[in-house]
Amino acid sequence: MIDFETPASIERQVQLITMLGEQVMRPIARYYDEHEGERPWDYINMIWQTVRSQGGRTLAAPIVGDKPDDNGEKKPRLHNLLLMHTVEALSWGDAGLYLSTPGGALGGAAVEATGTPEQKERFLKRFTEGEPKWAAMAMTEPHAGSDTAAIRTSARLSEDGKEWIINGEKIFVTGGLMSAKESPGFVVVWATIDPTAGRAAIKPFVVESGTPGMTVAKLEHKHGIRASDTAALVFQDCRIPFDNILGSAEIARGDSPSSGSKGFKGAMKTFDATRPAVAASALGITRATLQFTANYLKERGVKVRYGAPLHQQTAIERDLLQMEAQHRAAWLLVLNAAARMDAGQENTLEASMCKVKAGAVANFVAQKAVELLGPDGYSCKLLVEKWMRDARINDIYEGTGQINRLIVARRLLGYSSRELR
Amino acid sequence: MISFTPNDEQQLIIETVRRYAAERLRPAAHDADESGATPPAIVEVGWELGLLPSALPEQYGGFGDAHSALTGALAAEELGYGDLAISLYLLTPNLFGIPILHCGTEEQKKQWLPKLTDATFVPATAALIEPRWDFDPRALHTIAEREQGYYVLNGHKAFVPLAAEAAAMLVYAREGGATQAFIVEKGTSGLTVLEREKNMGLRALPTYEVLLEDVRVPRDARLGGEAGSNAELLLNYSRVALASLAVGVARGAYEYARDYAKTRETFGRPIAQYQAIAFMLAEMAIEVDAARLMAWEAAWTLDQGRDATQQAALAKQYADEAVLFVTDRAVQVLGGHGYIREHPVERWLRNGRGFTTFLGLAMI
Repeated sequence: MIDFETPASIERQVQLITMLGEQVMRPIARYYDEHEGERPWDYINMIWQTVRSQGGRTLAAPIVGDKPDDNGEKKPRLHNLLLMHTVEALSWGDAGLYLSTPGGALGGAAVEATGTPEQKERFLKRFTEGEPKWAAMAMTEPHAGSDTAAIRTSARLSEDGKEWIINGEKIFVTGGLMSAKESPGFVVVWATIDPTAGRAAIKPFVVESGTPGMTVAKLEHKHGIRASDTAALVFQDCRIPFDNILGSAEIARGDSPSSGSKGFKGAMKTFDATRPAVAASALGITRATLQFTANYLKERGVKVRYGAPLHQQTAIERDLLQMEAQHRAAWLLVLNAAARMDAGQENTLEASMCKVKAGAVANFVAQKAVELLGPDGYSCKLLVEKWMRDARINDIYEGTGQINRLIVARRLLGYSSRELR
Repeated sequence: MISFTPNDEQQLIIETVRRYAAERLRPAAHDADESGATPPAIVEVGWELGLLPSALPEQYGGFGDAHSALTGALAAEELGYGDLAISLYLLTPNLFGIPILHCGTEEQKKQWLPKLTDATFVPATAALIEPRWDFDPRALHTIAEREQGYYVLNGHKAFVPLAAEAAAMLVYAREGGATQAFIVEKGTSGLTVLEREKNMGLRALPTYEVLLEDVRVPRDARLGGEAGSNAELLLNYSRVALASLAVGVARGAYEYARDYAKTRETFGRPIAQYQAIAFMLAEMAIEVDAARLMAWEAAWTLDQGRDATQQAALAKQYADEAVLFVTDRAVQVLGGHGYIREHPVERWLRNGRGFTTFLGLAMI
């Protein structure tokens, strides 16, 4: 049944986060943009209480110990829809602060997607207790961005077979500093166990914070989302327990889907949830920008009339209408991708579609807003210029717009990655 | 509860209309466009789908389902996918029936709605658009003035489908500072149907300019009687219908370009295996899906009985851009072949370009 009614439980959550955004996030947004090296502890400590009580789930990772309903009752599943609204509303408050939220984040999502029950217990329980902790995902390397199969970081077994020894360099690790060093969290590191075996040999490993051999080599200075740390991590003979590999240590031969499901393909599967979440974050910034810009102009006498014929619309009005329509369309694509997940349907195509659209729309709207507000748009007096910088990452991380177009096209055309490169 | 999955009933409508579109509209579209004539037999088969009667209450001879813009949107997408011009022909009686259903007095409903449930197609139409660059449905240049027991209509209309054969026409005019509608029967003195129009697209749909010179209609010909009608509501039904038709046209163009790109080879492989083409196709597919969700949301909002002007206007604006983008890219994917009338994509571009002009030309 086609229905656009937002469930009341989600509405309530969005209202709460909006209050948090207004009262906590917006007032400090500029400060942490200007003080890139400082961590927003005021926000972190406040949000940690909520994260902890919700099982450390900040991204796709379901609550630890969350049991499927065993009385056979089919409750409507809202998990991903709720997640998208949450991420969107937090990013409406401030995207940089949202990204610095403690919890499992992408690292937790990887454990959730590919770990055993024992591993989930061992790695995720920490997010329900104690002080704030972070987890991160380390995939990108200096020479391997979208081309994840070109990863060179290696993991080899120690002679006694009890440990993995990791060597290599990872860059652009969101929350890498907090996860690897400044809290008792962990980093999920993608490394190959056989450099000659290609994709099938690339496996995720959990490296606990503070493990000798893992160092934070560099903190990036970024265009936007500065409240969140982005780290380069270096691994030099970094030893971790054998049981910290997520999924099987076997290298799947051929194209057997079952053997690969917990490894590289498993990682790709986590994108089905994280790409819509990144799209949702992009659109949170977009909504903030759009609301602010429309209000700012309204107070100065610029009206937006729906359904007015073209000849009556001012250029600014036309821009605003287009921004609003584009934003709404992108958001509906996000909800579509999330609703499919909640219904247990395949959504790789829809996840990449909404990511492409949201990445483009976030930039279009934010850049347009700076233009429309003239000197005020460009000035650091307002947050609009910051939102434009924050928005820019969304067409880049979690798969650039181009990589996601490639994924969409392959799916639509029925081509393998060999046929459409 | 947010969901984008049609239920069984909605799915049945989609499939029924899709079959009609594939089996009847598609095969006829090229010749209908070239000859400028819609084969009556195809319209009759389409009429048997009962799209309009099913939205009318039983007391007026309909099948008694509640009129739903969302159901209409689902059907409209499939019709647009089949052929826009023939579909607009088929939907022309809606332009008369739906306003009467929503805004008509009891007498008007009793008089007109049963006529629209006949087993054979009933030409009835509406005249909203005016032949001027600054056409504004909220500030029409066609004027209605009250004079004793009559209204006197003066003005110039364009894009009036089936005006020559329509038994009755709903004429929109400015009256008392607002847009109102008036039922004008065929043959009323002062009503002149001018020569058939020739447009870039919609060539199979006979449209006409219409002149109104001191056309006198009785007072009870005013839609909604003394209370009048809600023009904005009616415009929203049109916006949703047009947005969904546009989605259908765009989807057709996207699918055609996709299939072509997989078979057409250059430099030893299908052009779809080049990113330059594949990325265009990806963007086209995204725009089709986005436009559809926008149209659905607007239709759903209308069905909730809420003011849907914001959603409907945005959905139409979005679809207007999407259909132009997608049909244009489809021509580009086919290259030189896209420019040749043997392939339908150039027709879809001609039809797609028109949506910014078509407000009031479809309702469902």
